Amino acid sequence: MIFFWAFVIGGLFCVVGQLMFDVLKLTPAHTMSTLVVTGAIMDAFGLYDPLVKFAGAGATIPITSFGNSLVHGALTELQRDGWIGVITGIFDLTSAGISAAIIFSFLAALVVRPKG
Amino acid sequence: MLIGKQTWEFRNKPVIIGAATVVGPEEGEGPLASDFDFTYDNLEIDEKTWEKAERKLLEHAASLSLVHANISKDQLSFFIGGDLMNQIISASFAARHLMVPYIGIFGACSTSMESLALASFIVDSGGANYVLAGTASHNCTVEKQFRYPTEYGSQKPPTAQYTVTGAGCGVVTSTGSGPRVTHATIGKIQDLGVTDPFNMGAAMAPAAADTIVTHFKDTGRSPADYDLIVTGDLATVGYEIVSDLLKRDGVDMSLTNFNDCGLMVYDLENQPFVIAGGSGCGCSAVVTYGHILKKLKNKELHRVLIVATGALLSPLSYQQGESIPCIAHGVVLESE
Repeated sequence: MIFFWAFVIGGLFCVVGQLMFDVLKLTPAHTMSTLVVTGAIMDAFGLYDPLVKFAGAGATIPITSFGNSLVHGALTELQRDGWIGVITGIFDLTSAGISAAIIFSFLAALVVRPKG
Repeated sequence: MLIGKQTWEFRNKPVIIGAATVVGPEEGEGPLASDFDFTYDNLEIDEKTWEKAERKLLEHAASLSLVHANISKDQLSFFIGGDLMNQIISASFAARHLMVPYIGIFGACSTSMESLALASFIVDSGGANYVLAGTASHNCTVEKQFRYPTEYGSQKPPTAQYTVTGAGCGVVTSTGSGPRVTHATIGKIQDLGVTDPFNMGAAMAPAAADTIVTHFKDTGRSPADYDLIVTGDLATVGYEIVSDLLKRDGVDMSLTNFNDCGLMVYDLENQPFVIAGGSGCGCSAVVTYGHILKKLKNKELHRVLIVATGALLSPLSYQQGESIPCIAHGVVLESE
């Protein structure tokens, strides 16, 4: 059953993104940022964790999950280390994704040259 | 000399004694393929960057047009050119090799006819013996500058157009054999508030309509006086809008063949990646200097009005939410 809900919820995130693109005429950058912020706000209200439990990868794969992880890491370290945790925790859960982006971009740049 | 409000009539009828077009692989698979002088089989045009590729297209077309005109570059009085890049680097860098006095212009995609109109005016008034006019565009340079990096793979709406990879040049002089330039109508900026750079056709259509209407008013002619009237790069969306605008203004375009270079250069059914049609400086340049000039030479066409359209936005003005000012310049070509 989780496969079904992963498909539906993940698809719904994409529908929202496409509507922002086509109806609201937002640029790709604005669309992406808005979805990230939406995920962050959802986590602040404690809504994203239940969604991940319910839809699995349908909630963790879309870009909203990145916003969720930013806030989640910050809040966790806030409780553990106090206010400094807000600064140190933001990239706690997301560091894997960010580091991977940097490392794989570096490896790709060794082999090919981007032309744009 | 000036007739009407904004049209030049060239009394001596300057001649295009030689012209050349060089295109990329996709244009070489389009319906006008046989009209182009040289087709590159790779989008890189054998260069390392897209900007160098665009410059090479222009340099190649310029040198071929001198060969076709049977003159050397020392005989050229001026080179008038431009392109879509910031600081018109393609034309200016190409001029570095030509070593002739250079007038760089920016009219976005209307540069093809803006340069031809100015070249004809200079020759007609005795300001030069031979003037080279030309422009170029490359799909990937323009995508990068005005839209998104190609690797980004951003989605495009159905109104988006596909920039032509190609260059067109012509040598204008006062005597000799070849198609003649008889009139030019310089356009006014039109801006109806379109802000979407993925809908250039709609933004530019009012400029094209204004220039066409003014041309008929200034010259006292009607569409029936022309075998063919083409707009520069309005593509499907803009072509429909300009047709409606002309109908509203009481211009009966059914008296002539009315087409758009952006619709002629590609096969819209079999080349679906072009979406609404072609665009870019190279679009009207390769269709004019390749297709139309050849038809004028072999007398299949006798009098043609080419109205090249340009969207004069910059990436910065678009990011700051400004609307897109547009322009259209018309040039009349006649067979000998």
